[in-house]
Amino acid sequence: MSRSINRSTAIIMHELPVTESLLEIALRHGRDAGAEAVTDLHVVIGELSSIVDESVQFYWDMISEGTAAAGSRLHFRRIPGRLGCRTCGNTYSPREDLPCPACGGVDIEVLAGEEFYLEAIDITATGQTQREPA
Amino acid sequence: MINERVPVVERILGANERLAADNRARLDEAGVFSLNFLASPGAGKTSLVEQTVSRLAGQLRLAVIDGDIATSLDADRAAAAGATAVQINTGGDCHLDAVMLQGALDVLDLSAIDLLIVENVGNLVCPANFALGTHRSVLVASVPEGDDKPYKYPGAYRGVDALVINKVDLLPYVDFDMEYFQRGAAALNPGLATFPLSCRTGEGLDQWLEWVTNMTRHFKTTRGM
Repeated sequence: MSRSINRSTAIIMHELPVTESLLEIALRHGRDAGAEAVTDLHVVIGELSSIVDESVQFYWDMISEGTAAAGSRLHFRRIPGRLGCRTCGNTYSPREDLPCPACGGVDIEVLAGEEFYLEAIDITATGQTQREPA
Repeated sequence: MINERVPVVERILGANERLAADNRARLDEAGVFSLNFLASPGAGKTSLVEQTVSRLAGQLRLAVIDGDIATSLDADRAAAAGATAVQINTGGDCHLDAVMLQGALDVLDLSAIDLLIVENVGNLVCPANFALGTHRSVLVASVPEGDDKPYKYPGAYRGVDALVINKVDLLPYVDFDMEYFQRGAAALNPGLATFPLSCRTGEGLDQWLEWVTNMTRHFKTTRGM
């Protein structure tokens, strides 16, 4: 027989841990900046990053409830995927094809589209920052 | 009251990536070489684990960590084949992450393991986003799934170090253009080590087992073990 480790959650989307991570980052940066509340989050998602922004949005209100980011708005900036062919130098969208549509080359690199980060937050602050003096 | 914009620029999966680095350091220190198996459901991950474990059990000390949404059926198969097996039931999550792997490493005696195989949850989208800290990732594809998988799941094919194409014994019976499939895989991952094989007939398994054995031995040799 094998041993088992069971988790008790029952939610089937990788956007849940992603959303929790997003909240942790936003609250930490908000706290450092002396925020009373975090009102807006600006998230950058590359087309190739397999994160569905609707799903992040779905979990957001539930997860942020009762925190300084409760009621905040999520803004998603989508970055289109861009591939570059190392053989002929052509750049193209992964929607066209994966091998280079110009020369058929398969030595390609991803130029853009894998981004997934929190770019900025908007906060309301009392004017007193809690940041340690430098 | 002041309204202001605070620049952040922090990778959202950074916390998972830091934990994955901790897992890697732990495996390195213990001299455990580790593989992460990714695949769609039904591609034959567990069959490949069984074959790998039963054929290598005499030469290497093996452990298997099995990620599944529920049940311990896969881990039981790995244990029956001769490995120390731990099941992680993700309780619905579609992938393993670095925290779950950390919990599983806690219950294993790493000093008694040469090769650790982590069988991720059957899914080609989500596991590709969550680093575990394993040394190499292996994508297990299979002939009946169709030859368009690299084109549909570029993220999964880009991030792996080896590709197994299972169930090649079914090639005469299904529409599967091997050239088209491999062209897509090569575009995403040039020079990818590829092993067409059949867990059912045993065809092609020797090359795969040789790769696994060589990678494990090389890992241990470079660490003076």
